[in-house]
Amino acid sequence: MNTVLRLTICVLFCWINISNGQSKMVLIKGGTYLPLYGRDSLQVTIDDFDIDVYPVTNKQFLQFVIETPKWQRSMVKKLFADDNYLSQWESDTMLHENQSLNAPITNISWFAAKDYCDCQGKRLPTIDEWEYVAMANQKLPDARKLKTYNEFILSWYEKPKTFNNEIGSTFKNYWGVYDLHGLVWEWTLDFNSVLVSGESRKDVDNDSNLFCGSAAIGATDLMNYAAFMRYAIRGSVKARYTMKNLGFRCVKDKNQKTNENH
Amino acid sequence: MKKFNTMFNNACLVLLVSLMAVSCGESSSMVVVSKDPAQIAIKGTMKAELTAPPFVPAPVGDRPAKKLIVDMEILEEVGTMTDGVKYVYWTFGGSVPGSFIRTRVGDEVEFTLSNHPDNKLPHNIDLHAVTGPGGGATSSFVAPGHEKTFSFKTLNPGLYVYHCATAPVGMHIANGMYGLILVEPEGGLPEVDKEYYIMQGDFYTKGEYGEPGTQPFDMQKAVDEDADYVVFNGKVGALTGDNAITANVGETVRLYVGNGGPNLTSSFHVIGEIFDNVHVEGGSIINNDVQTTSIPAGGAAIVDFKVDVPGTFILVDHAIFRAFNKGALGMLKVNGEENKKLYSGVKQEGIYNPEGGTIQSMPDGDTSKTVVTDKTLAQKIEAGKQLYTNTCFACHQANGEGIANAFPPLAKSDYLNADVNRAIDIILNGKSGEITVNGVKYNSVMTKQTLSDSEVADVLTYIYNSWGNNKTNVSTSTVTQIRNAH
Repeated sequence: MNTVLRLTICVLFCWINISNGQSKMVLIKGGTYLPLYGRDSLQVTIDDFDIDVYPVTNKQFLQFVIETPKWQRSMVKKLFADDNYLSQWESDTMLHENQSLNAPITNISWFAAKDYCDCQGKRLPTIDEWEYVAMANQKLPDARKLKTYNEFILSWYEKPKTFNNEIGSTFKNYWGVYDLHGLVWEWTLDFNSVLVSGESRKDVDNDSNLFCGSAAIGATDLMNYAAFMRYAIRGSVKARYTMKNLGFRCVKDKNQKTNENH
Repeated sequence: MKKFNTMFNNACLVLLVSLMAVSCGESSSMVVVSKDPAQIAIKGTMKAELTAPPFVPAPVGDRPAKKLIVDMEILEEVGTMTDGVKYVYWTFGGSVPGSFIRTRVGDEVEFTLSNHPDNKLPHNIDLHAVTGPGGGATSSFVAPGHEKTFSFKTLNPGLYVYHCATAPVGMHIANGMYGLILVEPEGGLPEVDKEYYIMQGDFYTKGEYGEPGTQPFDMQKAVDEDADYVVFNGKVGALTGDNAITANVGETVRLYVGNGGPNLTSSFHVIGEIFDNVHVEGGSIINNDVQTTSIPAGGAAIVDFKVDVPGTFILVDHAIFRAFNKGALGMLKVNGEENKKLYSGVKQEGIYNPEGGTIQSMPDGDTSKTVVTDKTLAQKIEAGKQLYTNTCFACHQANGEGIANAFPPLAKSDYLNADVNRAIDIILNGKSGEITVNGVKYNSVMTKQTLSDSEVADVLTYIYNSWGNNKTNVSTSTVTQIRNAH
């Protein structure tokens, strides 16, 4: 019942969104790669897809909640967002004066992010898709072995309040995508499929999916440290959680037309 | 609790002064808990007092076991490593090391870990005082802007490290995520006058020690265990100058010393003091009269000692380059009356010249003026022999035979006899690198010698006229010429 209702509303508003013009996307050419948590026998194959060039902004999300009142702060179901949901905002439909329109939207739950993408005729990227695009630096599709690439990611952990920075303020990668590193964390569709228990030392024994690959690479590899953080943050959240440093962007399957991904 | 103790002390001080001395002596070892700590019933609830280093909360005294509420906040924030050097610390409670937690055996600790919303990373806490999987790490894994609560019962008395155990564990610890939790035995530790909280840690920065600016963490150096900073309480100078810990003569000082690591073991030592008691590794074994106690990474020790004389006592990691070159240095300033019986201070100053005056004398020019110009060859050889015994003998040996593979021979030395000017130059200016003497290669160092021109002439004349050498008579003027040529 609820779903049907939601879909109807979505479809309704999506027409408006489309007429407003959607955020810019670029094509990601699919391929096969070995994710951090994979094993040699577990190469992941990615199909072609489009991805938003930038994370969703405050401005875009503001427009979304105006059009979709159930995602306004006072209206949102507690089941779908925790108490910090849009807590920075001045009101249901107004940003705080310190918030830039072009900064990435943060303090949103996975449910909200997912619904936003659905409404755009898009979806959230899977972890594998996100990591596939994010392993590129400016020049290479897979820069994970490069010291500079990993140092950039690690240095972000030490920069305070980057969630206030505007989109496009970090580097444009091989695919033409901005801000995958250095701005905010991003939700993924299946963020909770990787189970980091919080007791990371125990994970070494238990979760061979996550740690066998890394063990093969060797403990001195900087790559582990840069990437472990992402898996750790994914493992630490629940779908209703919201965080000041956690935003999102959407993707679209290449072989599907707009509005048909439901 | 603190107030109560103070009042109690004031009221009973006069009456108990003699009694206390006795009772303290008797209870100087940990009280043995006869009953199963797991069965200790709790009476009431209290909020734990948390303190930033170098301070510790009030002793538990004889309070019963309670439900103890501990609220700890995780902050990622910029701090100062040393003058002009900034570092992003990850902290428990805003300090490095994190807040000191003081409990007693049987307490039921309800621990809430809050991760500040501005933080980027998830964190957790592994308390070594916890009996349970991960020391609490699994139950406390918390995302930014959230909090987690778990509880545990303290079963073993001792001083324990806590730290963050989120991947990558090493990086979280290297950035300052560690602290100490004390579990006192029933009835508390023996009373002392002063208590302080000190924790060592090693830090790895992109720039070398002292390189100014905001220094990022250097993963590779951490893996290589190549520390740029080894410090007490999170930064260089946290315990020196105005930040020094203090005591008065006659007081007993107890230090709760931890080592957060991530890599290095501490050789904890207080210069000029001997630890009367050391709870080895923070546990129940007490060792007495200890000079330096070893504190492993992720371990702790409780040390106490009575300060008998005034002055500044330096706390160091006695792996001593860490102290003087990497920051592992603190100060304990003790005020009060001197006690000359225990320590005299300087009684007398004098010159000590075990190798004769030659090496130690400063090149003040006077020596070269006191030249006796018309020395005979015999006089020169005699003077030279004395000089040789004072300055050359140790390496080149009594009969100029040298030491194989280290110091070349002077006896029948082709190298020596080939070039007298070169020999003079080596004495005046030193020599390092490879040379071949009598067909054997040597690669060593001879430092330059502080000798006057006439002394160089004398000693060389002696050498050239001994052990089958070519009997050159080296004149002072030749030496002066070569000295001036430089």
